Amino acid sequence: MQPTPQAAKPSLLSRFTAITDAFAYPLRTSHYLELVNPLWTTHALQAKVVSVWDETADARTITLKPGRNWRSHRPGQHLRVGVPIGGMHYTRTYSISSAPERDDECFTITVKAINGGRMSHHLVRNIKPGDYLPIGVPQGDFYLPDANPVEPLFISAGSGITPIMSMLRSLVAQERLPNVTHIHYAPHAYDVIFGQELQALAAKHPRYQLHLVYTREPGETTSQKRHFSAATLDSVCPDWRTRDTYACGPQGLLDAVENHWRDAGVSRQLHTERFRAQVAAAPRQVTAGTVSFLNSGVTAASDGVINLLRLAEDQGLNPPHGCRMGICHGCDVKLKSGCVRDLRTNALLNEVGAIVQICVCAAAGDAELEV
Amino acid sequence: MGMPTHLTSAEIEEFGREMDAIRNEVMDSRGAADRAYILKIIRWQRSLALGGRIVMFLSLLLLPASTLPYAGWPQFIAVLALGAAMLGIAKIMENMEIGHNVMHAQWDWMRDPNIQSNTWEWDNVCPSDQWKHSHNVVHHTWTNVFGKDPDIGYGVLRVTPAQKWKPKYLIQPITNFFLNIWFQWGVAVHDVEPDKLLSGEKSIGSVKHLLRGIAKKAARQLLKDYALWPALGAALSVPFSIALGLAIGPTALTAFLWIAGGNGIANLMRNVWSNVIIFCGHFPSGVQHFTKQEVEGETRARWYVRQLLGSCNIGGGKLFHILSGNLSHQIEHHLFPDMPSNRYPEVAPRVRAMAARYRLPYNTGSLTRQFGTTTWTIWRLAFPGGGGSSSTATA
Repeated sequence: MQPTPQAAKPSLLSRFTAITDAFAYPLRTSHYLELVNPLWTTHALQAKVVSVWDETADARTITLKPGRNWRSHRPGQHLRVGVPIGGMHYTRTYSISSAPERDDECFTITVKAINGGRMSHHLVRNIKPGDYLPIGVPQGDFYLPDANPVEPLFISAGSGITPIMSMLRSLVAQERLPNVTHIHYAPHAYDVIFGQELQALAAKHPRYQLHLVYTREPGETTSQKRHFSAATLDSVCPDWRTRDTYACGPQGLLDAVENHWRDAGVSRQLHTERFRAQVAAAPRQVTAGTVSFLNSGVTAASDGVINLLRLAEDQGLNPPHGCRMGICHGCDVKLKSGCVRDLRTNALLNEVGAIVQICVCAAAGDAELEV
Repeated sequence: MGMPTHLTSAEIEEFGREMDAIRNEVMDSRGAADRAYILKIIRWQRSLALGGRIVMFLSLLLLPASTLPYAGWPQFIAVLALGAAMLGIAKIMENMEIGHNVMHAQWDWMRDPNIQSNTWEWDNVCPSDQWKHSHNVVHHTWTNVFGKDPDIGYGVLRVTPAQKWKPKYLIQPITNFFLNIWFQWGVAVHDVEPDKLLSGEKSIGSVKHLLRGIAKKAARQLLKDYALWPALGAALSVPFSIALGLAIGPTALTAFLWIAGGNGIANLMRNVWSNVIIFCGHFPSGVQHFTKQEVEGETRARWYVRQLLGSCNIGGGKLFHILSGNLSHQIEHHLFPDMPSNRYPEVAPRVRAMAARYRLPYNTGSLTRQFGTTTWTIWRLAFPGGGGSSSTATA
C-alpha cells in the first residue's frame, strides 16, 4: 500500500527512453506513444473514463483507469483532476472513493454537482466513458495509519463521505474492520451518497455503527439546523474523546468539529480534510488592494488601476518584460491567489495558477503573484 | 511625430477602438472548437513526422541492391521522396502553424500545461527563448521601424530604398539565396545580431551565452537528423543484409547516407518554404516603413495602423493557410499576435473592410505576386537607388 520509494538507479526502461528521447527531440518518446494510447505517456499522466454511475440525483461515481505512471493510493487520499471546459483547462481536487484493494487497476472518484460549480457540473453531466482526463498522483495525509486506530469515529457530510468510503471499503476488503462509529449528514435520505452500501455494511457488520442525520424534512429546500451538535455527539458516541476521529465535509461542519475538539483539549485525535477554495471572489468595480510579489517577498498597495508591472517597478523590482502593451507575453507570471483585472477587456482572472500578463493587468482586490 | 497617413488623430483612435472590438469579440469566443483544432493539427503533425521516417526506412527495401521483386531506382527514389516530403511537411507544420503560434502565446489561454508558450521547444536549430525575444518582443513591437526592427532585411539585405546603399549589398541576390536554403540557421543567429557583431557595435562576450544556447540546440538537432535516425536505418538494414546475402558494411553505409539525405531534403523543404512565406510578410512592394520619430509616443491605435501598413497577406486555399502557419494572414497576425491562428481567416474580411472604409491600403496578393515583387526588390536594391520603382513613398 505504501508508495514504493523511487529506485536509486534508473530503471532499464528509463535508460532506454533516455536514448529514444534523443530520436524524438525536442519532444519525447512519450509524445509519440500518446498517438497510440494516451495511457502510455510519461510526460503527462492521464486516466481513461471506464464507466460512470449515478449515486444520487446530483452525484456521480466516475471509474478511471490511470496511465502508466500512476501509483496506488492510501484510502482517504485525494488527487488533482483536470478537465478542459470550453477549451480551457480547469483543475480541482477530489478524494478517491474506491479502496486500493481493487484488482482491476482502476479507481473511482465521486463528484457532486454543486451550485455554480462549473467543473463539478461538467464531470457529473458531460463526462462519458472513453474520455481522457489529465490527473495527478494521489496526495494528502488524511488516511488511516498502517496500525489500525483503536476505534475510529468518522464524521462526514454530503460528498465528504468519499474519503471515508475509501477507508471503509479498504478495511472491509482487508477483513480488519474495527469498532467504527460513523455520523453522516445529508439533506434527505435520497441524497445519501453510497446510502445502500452503507446500510448494507451496517446490517452485516455489527461493529460498524452508522448514524445518518437528515438535515431537511422531505420536500424542504432549506436546512433545519440539525447539523453537528455536542448533544448528538454525546448520545451517539459517548466515548468520542478517546477515539481517533476523521472528519470531512463542508467548511461549517469542520469548523464546528474543530472548535469542539479543541475545547475538549483533544485536537490531536482529530484529523480533518478540507479543500481550499481555488477561486477568489471577483469584485465588480475597480478595487484597491494589496499585491504580494512572492518571489521577492515585497508587498505593495494597489489602487486597482495601476498595472502590475509598474507597481512592481515602483517597488524597485525588475520583472522580465518586453513590449509593455500586452503583445509579446514576455512578462507572463502565475497568479498564486486573489484576483486581477485585464485592463484591455476588464476580464477578471481569479483562478489559482492563471497566467497573468502583468503589463496590462491590475489587481482587483488582493492578489499574490510569482514575481 | 505621427503616422504617414491622411487620417486625423481622432480617426486613428476610432480605428483603434474598432480593432479592439474585433479582437475582444474573437478572444471572448475562444472555446472547445479551437482546442480541438490545435490538438488535431498536433496529432497530424506528429503522425506525419513518424510516418515519414518509417516510409523512408521502408524505401530502403526498394534499393536495387536488395534484389527483391519490385526493387529498382525509380521506385526507391519515389518512396524515399514521399517519406522525405512527409517529414518536410511535418517540420513545416511544427515550425509554423504549431511552434510559431504556440510561442506567440496564442494557445496559453487553454492553460494546457503541455501547450504553453514559456515551455514550448520547437524542431528548429534556433532556441525558442532567443526566438521569442527577437521575434515577439522586438519585431512585433517595433514592426518596420528603422533602427529598431531587426527584421528589416535581417541586417544583411537592403529591402527598401530608404536603407542607405552600401557596396556590401551588391552580393545580396547571392546572400538571399543562401539565406533561403539555410533559413533555420539565419533564424538561429538572428538574436545574436551578427551584423552588429561585425560592425563592432556588439562584443562577442555579450552574446556568448546566446551562442552557447544555439550550439547546444543545434547539436541535438543535427544529432537527431544526421546521426541517430540514419544510424537506426543502418542498424535495421543489417538483418536484411544477412537474410538476402548482401555485404553488411556497404549496405549499412548506403542506408545511413540515404536516410541522412532524406532528412536533409526535409529540412531544406522547411527552410525554403518558411523563408518564402516569411519574406512575403513584410518585403513585397507597397509595404511601408517608419522612422523612430514617427512612432514616438505611439498609442495603441497608431500601433494598429503601423501593423496594417507594414504587413502583407498572401491569398490561397485552406491547406495553403495551414501550411503557412496562417502567416498568409500576416496583417491579422500582426494586429492580433496572440489570437489563435485558426481565427485569422474569419477576421481577415473584417479587417480588409475596415481598411477600405478608412481608405488605408491592405496589401494582399497571390504568392507569385508577393514573392515575385519581394525577389525583384531584393535584386534591384542590390544596386544604388531604386526609390522610383518601389512604393515605399508615403501616401
